[in-house]
Amino acid sequence: MEQILFYIFATMVVLSATMVITVRNPVRAVLFLVVTFFCSSAIWLLLEAEFLAIVLVLVYVGAVMVLFLFVVMMLDINLARLREGFTRYLPIGAVVVIMLAIMLGMLVGPEHFGLDKFEAPARQAASYSNTRELGMVLYTVYLYPFEIAAVILLVAIVAAIALTLRRRPQTKYQDPDIQVAVQRNDRLRMVKMDAEKRK
Amino acid sequence: MNFPLPNFLPALPEIFLLTMACVVLLVDLFLTDRSRGATYILAMASLLGVCVLIALSFSHSRILTFSDTFVRDPMADALKMGIMIAAMVSFLYAKDYLREHGMFKGEFYILGLFGVLGMMILVSAHNFLTVYLGLELLSLCMYAMVAMQRDSAIASEAAMKYFVLGAIASGMLLYGMSILYGVTGTLDLGLINERLPNVQDKILLSFGMVFLIVGIAFKLGAVPFHMWVPDVYEGAPTAVTLYLAAAPKLAAFAMLMRLLVDGMASLHGQWQDILILLAVASMAIGNIIAIAQANLKRLLAYSAISHVGYLLLGVLTGTTEGYAASMFYALTYVLMTLGAFGMIMLMSRQGFEADRLEDFKGLNERSPWFAFIMMILMFSMAGVPPFLGFWAKLSVLQALVQSTGLLWLAITAVVFSIIGAFYYLRVIKMMYFDKAEDSSALIASNDMRVVLSANGLLVLGLGLYPGLLLAFCLATIVSP
Repeated sequence: MEQILFYIFATMVVLSATMVITVRNPVRAVLFLVVTFFCSSAIWLLLEAEFLAIVLVLVYVGAVMVLFLFVVMMLDINLARLREGFTRYLPIGAVVVIMLAIMLGMLVGPEHFGLDKFEAPARQAASYSNTRELGMVLYTVYLYPFEIAAVILLVAIVAAIALTLRRRPQTKYQDPDIQVAVQRNDRLRMVKMDAEKRK
Repeated sequence: MNFPLPNFLPALPEIFLLTMACVVLLVDLFLTDRSRGATYILAMASLLGVCVLIALSFSHSRILTFSDTFVRDPMADALKMGIMIAAMVSFLYAKDYLREHGMFKGEFYILGLFGVLGMMILVSAHNFLTVYLGLELLSLCMYAMVAMQRDSAIASEAAMKYFVLGAIASGMLLYGMSILYGVTGTLDLGLINERLPNVQDKILLSFGMVFLIVGIAFKLGAVPFHMWVPDVYEGAPTAVTLYLAAAPKLAAFAMLMRLLVDGMASLHGQWQDILILLAVASMAIGNIIAIAQANLKRLLAYSAISHVGYLLLGVLTGTTEGYAASMFYALTYVLMTLGAFGMIMLMSRQGFEADRLEDFKGLNERSPWFAFIMMILMFSMAGVPPFLGFWAKLSVLQALVQSTGLLWLAITAVVFSIIGAFYYLRVIKMMYFDKAEDSSALIASNDMRVVLSANGLLVLGLGLYPGLLLAFCLATIVSP
């Protein structure tokens, strides 16, 4: 049963990942990426790593992919121009990839993997909580890597702001200060005039 | 639950630098463009502080902490001091250049400080996780710094190339790490080295190792993973090129040592062959293509590639003398490259980059003193005695000759070094025997003049007493 489930989800991962790079419409590509993430989180679940499965769905599908969709929809990407060099570079790219695949297959083929080479991890009891185990080591044993990861995120923020924040005087923007302090007289002008006579 | 609190003391320099970088980040927010100099002073003070902290607690043995993810040994301390000094010198050289080119912003120094933190983490890594995270921290800062000049198309192109190729290299590195983790069952470099002899599947082991070396070779800029080096060196603003050409080379050397020597010493026979290939290709391509360059930054990029080849020669011998010779070479190279890029920045002014070879024509008429400094640097890079570069090359070659069966490699290295001498000597010929196209005097602030002169004279002075630095390197490598 578990094996069948694994093969179903693994096939879906591979198929949807292929679709991500082959479909023409970028919005569809992003949606296929969502499918890929869903199926890989299912594979995490099969491995009893429920925390990672949930995080994958919450963070990637919930947050990152939505941002991706925003970006894809906001940018007007000219796909025809992006595809220009495709046929030109296809032959050499294909040769390199096929050679690499053959060489990797010959060197480390399936006989190097499998249950007789790597023992399957022991089953955990039903009360075993993956989340709890991760929580126990994340801030203790892995304190140092965890802190470095935090610094990397900080640097990412600094770098993103440094690269995008520029003063552009000609852009139009709203100043909340003025918006809040607006008076009735700024918005509405009372005009006194005599009633028009019907002609 | 309770767990033993890790010993924070060995990581004090890192903690201090992180705190100071955050302080600089906050202080910079409240500064106006006119008082931006304060950011520079604070950044320099933080680096100096780290330097003092390391010097005060210079280690004599190997200390592991944070569940063995962090290691502090004499080699780490020596390299960290080198990184601090290189970063301080590059900040100092960069100051005037950044002002003249309208790039004097706090972000340069903040990203620079975080990059230095990444290098320190990399130097002290004792676990695949810390190696990878330190590398990413360093690379992320460098990508952003290269891209900082937003209006320059060539800088954006360089940043894009650097980013994409860097991401691929990180992917390769991670793939290799995951294979090795699968085979050995641990991420700890010390444990990996212990378990390697017991691994049954040797093919899978070398398979993982190859990917690991690809990642390292990319970060070092060794042929055939050198494509990004010339474009990034040329495209980035010279101040950034200086930063990423100097200190990160020491970090990349440390990464090589940590992964191959600390982590896979018992596989020496296998990684030696790969390193020989990388070294010969780097020396050949670097030295030969440099001859055709008209842009000095590009020329120095190819020269960097060839120097990486020489640096690899020492490590691949697998002996303590070889490691020390490579470390000596790395320190020497950083000292020379700081001076060479410093000269480009000294000559440049507003709207003028001074990065073509012709710009150095007749430098002797314009400023005999700095022509002399540049001559020292070029002679040293070419490996002419009695300058420091000669002793660095000599110690690497000595290590090669002493180990069995590598004599041919030493001879190859000498041949390529003679080819390389051509383009260094051409710069000297242009400075002394060609007529100046531009006769304006050099304008530079006094601190830059003093430090650049000291930089050049140090290359000469240490060359006259070559034993000092080499003995220091040997002492730091031997002790563990």
